[in-house]
Amino acid sequence: MGLGLTRIEVSFQKDARAEITKKNLEKAGFSGIKAVSLNDVYTISSNFSEEELTQCADLLHNPVTQSFSVGKPLAAKDFDWVVEIGFLPGVTDNVGKTAAETLSDFFGEKAKGIEVFSSQEFFLKGNFLEQGAKNIGEMFANSLIQSIYIKSRKQFEADKGMDAIAPIVKLHEELKAEPINLNVSDEELVKIGKAGILDHVEKDGSEIRRGPLALDLPSIKIIQDYFKKEGRKPTDIELESLAQTWSEHCKHTIFAAKMDELEKGIYKTLIKGATAKIRADKGDKDNCLSVFVDNSGAIDFDADLMITDKVETHNSPSALDPFGGAITGIVGVNRDTMGFGMAAKPVINRYGFCFADPRDAKLLYRAKDKQNSILPPERIMLGVIDGVNVGGNCSGIPTPMGFMYFDERYKGKPLVFVGTVGLMPKIVNRKPGQDKKALPGDKIVMVGGKVGLDGIHGATFSSEALSSGSPATAVQIGDPITQKKMSDAIVKEARDINSYSSITDNGAGGLSCSVAEMAKECGGCTVDLEKVPVKYAGLAPWQTWVSESQERMTLSIPKDKADKFIDLMDRRGVEATIIGEFNDSGRCIVNANGKTIVDLDMEFLHDGLPKKTLKTKPMKIHLKNPTFDEPGNLSKTLLEMLSRLNICSKEFVSVQYDHEVQGNSVLKPLQGKGRVNAEAGVVRPSLESIKGAAVSHSLYPGYGDIDTYWMAACAIDSAVKNLIAVGAKLEDIALLDNFCWCSSNEPERLWQLKKAAQACYDYATGYGTPFISGKDSMFNDFKGFDEENNALKISVPPTLLISSLATIEDSSKCVSMDAKIEGDLVYVLGLTKGELGASEYYRMNAEKTSKDEILGAVPQVDLAKASKLYKSFSNAIGNKLIASVQPVGLGGLSVAIAKTCIAGMLGAKIDLKKVPHVGLDRNDTMLFSESQSRFVVTIAPDNKEAFEKALEGSEFAEVGVISGNKLEMTCLKGNNVVSLGLVDLEEAYKKTLRDY
Amino acid sequence: MVKAILLTGYGINCEEETAFAFKKAGAETEIIHVNDLIASPKRLEEAQILAFPGGFSYGDDTGSGNALANKIRNNLWEQIADFTEAEKLILGICNGFQVISNLGILPGIQDRKPMRTVALSHNNSARYECRWVSLKSFSKKCVFTKGIDFIRMPVAHGEGKFSASEETIKQLNESDQVAFRYAKNPEELAKGKFPLNPNGSAEDIAGICDKTGRILGMMPHPERNIFFTQQDDWTLQAEKLKREGKALPIESDGLKLFRNAVEFFR
Repeated sequence: MGLGLTRIEVSFQKDARAEITKKNLEKAGFSGIKAVSLNDVYTISSNFSEEELTQCADLLHNPVTQSFSVGKPLAAKDFDWVVEIGFLPGVTDNVGKTAAETLSDFFGEKAKGIEVFSSQEFFLKGNFLEQGAKNIGEMFANSLIQSIYIKSRKQFEADKGMDAIAPIVKLHEELKAEPINLNVSDEELVKIGKAGILDHVEKDGSEIRRGPLALDLPSIKIIQDYFKKEGRKPTDIELESLAQTWSEHCKHTIFAAKMDELEKGIYKTLIKGATAKIRADKGDKDNCLSVFVDNSGAIDFDADLMITDKVETHNSPSALDPFGGAITGIVGVNRDTMGFGMAAKPVINRYGFCFADPRDAKLLYRAKDKQNSILPPERIMLGVIDGVNVGGNCSGIPTPMGFMYFDERYKGKPLVFVGTVGLMPKIVNRKPGQDKKALPGDKIVMVGGKVGLDGIHGATFSSEALSSGSPATAVQIGDPITQKKMSDAIVKEARDINSYSSITDNGAGGLSCSVAEMAKECGGCTVDLEKVPVKYAGLAPWQTWVSESQERMTLSIPKDKADKFIDLMDRRGVEATIIGEFNDSGRCIVNANGKTIVDLDMEFLHDGLPKKTLKTKPMKIHLKNPTFDEPGNLSKTLLEMLSRLNICSKEFVSVQYDHEVQGNSVLKPLQGKGRVNAEAGVVRPSLESIKGAAVSHSLYPGYGDIDTYWMAACAIDSAVKNLIAVGAKLEDIALLDNFCWCSSNEPERLWQLKKAAQACYDYATGYGTPFISGKDSMFNDFKGFDEENNALKISVPPTLLISSLATIEDSSKCVSMDAKIEGDLVYVLGLTKGELGASEYYRMNAEKTSKDEILGAVPQVDLAKASKLYKSFSNAIGNKLIASVQPVGLGGLSVAIAKTCIAGMLGAKIDLKKVPHVGLDRNDTMLFSESQSRFVVTIAPDNKEAFEKALEGSEFAEVGVISGNKLEMTCLKGNNVVSLGLVDLEEAYKKTLRDY
Repeated sequence: MVKAILLTGYGINCEEETAFAFKKAGAETEIIHVNDLIASPKRLEEAQILAFPGGFSYGDDTGSGNALANKIRNNLWEQIADFTEAEKLILGICNGFQVISNLGILPGIQDRKPMRTVALSHNNSARYECRWVSLKSFSKKCVFTKGIDFIRMPVAHGEGKFSASEETIKQLNESDQVAFRYAKNPEELAKGKFPLNPNGSAEDIAGICDKTGRILGMMPHPERNIFFTQQDDWTLQAEKLKREGKALPIESDGLKLFRNAVEFFR
């Protein structure tokens, strides 16, 4: 008997999702929507009887709140249109997979070969035409991964419901590796490098290529030479393999290149070089355990444990599919924790998103004539937030900290930063936990999900600018539960019974990168590609080899332990398969069905890539000085500042990310009765210990418009200062760098890069805070068209995210930002200067006049003063002298004081004349200058003497007192130049993004 | 010694901190993968307490708690039914509450048959909510809540709206099975108001027990309030205590639930 398709439709009697959907449609401007209801649909491919299908429905619904139908529609009472959203063939369908597993468990043998496909059916009542229904469908679905089916009520009734559709992948590709001719013109070589191997030629003569290899001409010429010497043509899989391994994404060719006078490049000289110097200077006190050699970096936690950290970006995929890109990003960086050393346990997730203004609805297009539109900023924002929500929450990893930063130049490509902190014993199976080594004779074992077409060319794609040729297959959807099962089985079980010798994650480049990377540890490998479990038949060998299908780790397992390991994985519902063997042959060999299709020299594969030599050229700045006068009503100006996207509350994001799971929360993302977003988070990663781990971050892309050196210096200062503020000590802080640059083939952009990297060296070594891990993403550019067909290029502003991590001796001494008790004294620590260049204040004014009027002095950091202040302030916290502390960041002093008050739901009387300052004479400069290395602190009056003594030698002043329910500030000129009630302050701070 | 077994696997993720709380309360704990329990269900006999920890079993696919409940009903039903009939305790937190509601062991099984009469469905916001809530304890018979009147702890869920027929809710009230309701303060209930009632639960119900008081299911997480420094306002409390010259406590209120469970066997 053949398999039949049956639709099971499940409907809530009352569905909160439907009500929210209706609200969102109205918000998006769809008027006339009278009612929305929705069904969850399971399309089952089986040979089940009607009775058995009813049993299926029983298992897939909740009788208390839901009803169901089998093989017939469960339609809303009144509707005009039905819009159904399903997945495209080959796209991960987690719900369908779980449903199939449930049915298989229940029916046993009888359910063999059963498949379930999930979809959602929306019934819409309203007065609109088919186009309206289509538009709504497009709002629900992402056409890169989902399909939209629409029926009018009439057609729905004539057809007796929506159609039963099984999105099954059908491939007809030849399953062999093909030889590729490289003895062709340079022009053709450039094409191969840029657009990929020629797949076929269409009838109309147009060439269909397989997607970017991102190999430039010098690189592809070296490959040409290599195969000349080998006396044969390369296979397609060999070319793809080299392209993955040599990609900017994997090899960081720009950071490695000789740049001007820096023979060894900026990475070795300025980033790794800084860490090497710091470690040497610290001597015995060096707390680094693993830096820049593994999937994460690691520092000491206590005598028995280490903490690891890694921050990744997932920008290009998130531009195409915000949800899929972001969820894949967060579960991907979780694997950088599991793939560190012998496998660390993820204990903190962190995030950072750079978006354009979500209120900007103007569309841009990848192609001419309004073709291939990019997603509007709001949709990208919400999708990305949701992706990290599902990925992080489902994985049971707390998210105590993150940020959103807005600039119109993130419209073409958003930046999505995701990071994970891990915890691991220092000694694992009697060896240092960070050490691992694949040994000749070890089995190569792939663990986790199966391989499909999803995520092909991710590594090479992210090394190129986004354009109309960007591959749809670069999009993956993560399945956090498959990964959670794997993570638990490895980190909580397999690791501690000494069952493997090395482990790494499958990220960019898939197996081609993970296996080749590990093979370096022993000197070679042989893979039998047909053993790799695939989602569906018909994948070409090169596709299997480079696919970035998610939730996979590669392990090196001694022969005699492989069976036991696979058995353990099997009992945990985790797929594990031997796909080959590590050896010391010096070759990377891949066989498929008895034929060798990859045979590459290991040295050539890893080190054959020619080093670039890059020249930089100073960037000219075309900005103007602002000319506006001091506003008459500074209270109003402060409220406007508090409402700015980069300053306002991000509470709606903080509350949808679980920050309490693992029971380790100490300082939360929202602090005080007034729930203000904090600048740092603290957790207790080991419940047995009162030691804390603090995380923070900082970035000032805005300052880069004037000077990337100070942009980087300020980011380091703030990332450090934020941790000092909660109770960390300078010597316990480590840093991570994420460079997200643009147009990195332009000498001016490289000049900006070099300046930023120079500041990284100067300030990391200055503070003694080592970089332990980093990542770069060099081409965050968008090329396309606006609505009037004007060609345009949008480049993100050069963005350097500095993330910081520290251990805290006693987490019960941590300090939060909220003002605590009436009568407490308010202090400002650090010097305020006239530093408003590219500040939030200048930008706000420039938005009203001319956008380039932001020139001025950008904040500079005085290392000696800041270090001294941080050290004495740490002592004050250690001696429990501090009631609250707020580091000063975007928006300056007045914003920091306002946040202290809102968080504590307490007013303050402040005299800013007393603030230590130099070179400023305007009230607005005092209020909004973004000078670095400053804190707003409140203390109990009884601690005055001890506190002032602790800070001796630093610049600070008592400036006021916590009292009442109003914030009143006297400034350089005039009394009460700011006078605002708490209610108004809170409203201004919270209103901007409250409705999301 | 009192032994607590904590289930894990398939996306359960609060087993370690829940085990830690039981251990602090004086129990011996063992975390067992659901597949291992299916392979040797006799292991349940060694335990006095069975906990279904929070998490995201099967990623909430096909309804929160549903897929894991199906698996357990399919493979372990008899042993679970035995457990409910013995003088033993069962605790389901968050996803664990969703699982035991779908299993039908809450509000209670009849004739050893699984029957679902209560459900946890999508929050009114249709979004995951992680925030601290206040709870008022009600049931006099619930073993876990003895001596607790008012308590604070976090919720963190996307599907926590307690839903049941009017008849079922009436019965729950009449037989003293409502363990917790969301509250504004020790005197006032949330009255359905967001965010005090974070999900739109009927009658502000946050947790229920069975007729014997030995099985408790609740959406909020008591295991996330066992240290003083876990509380959302601890830095303010700490500042006040410091000024009164008092030392900071180490523990917090959530631990009481676990102590009550262990005490039950003493």
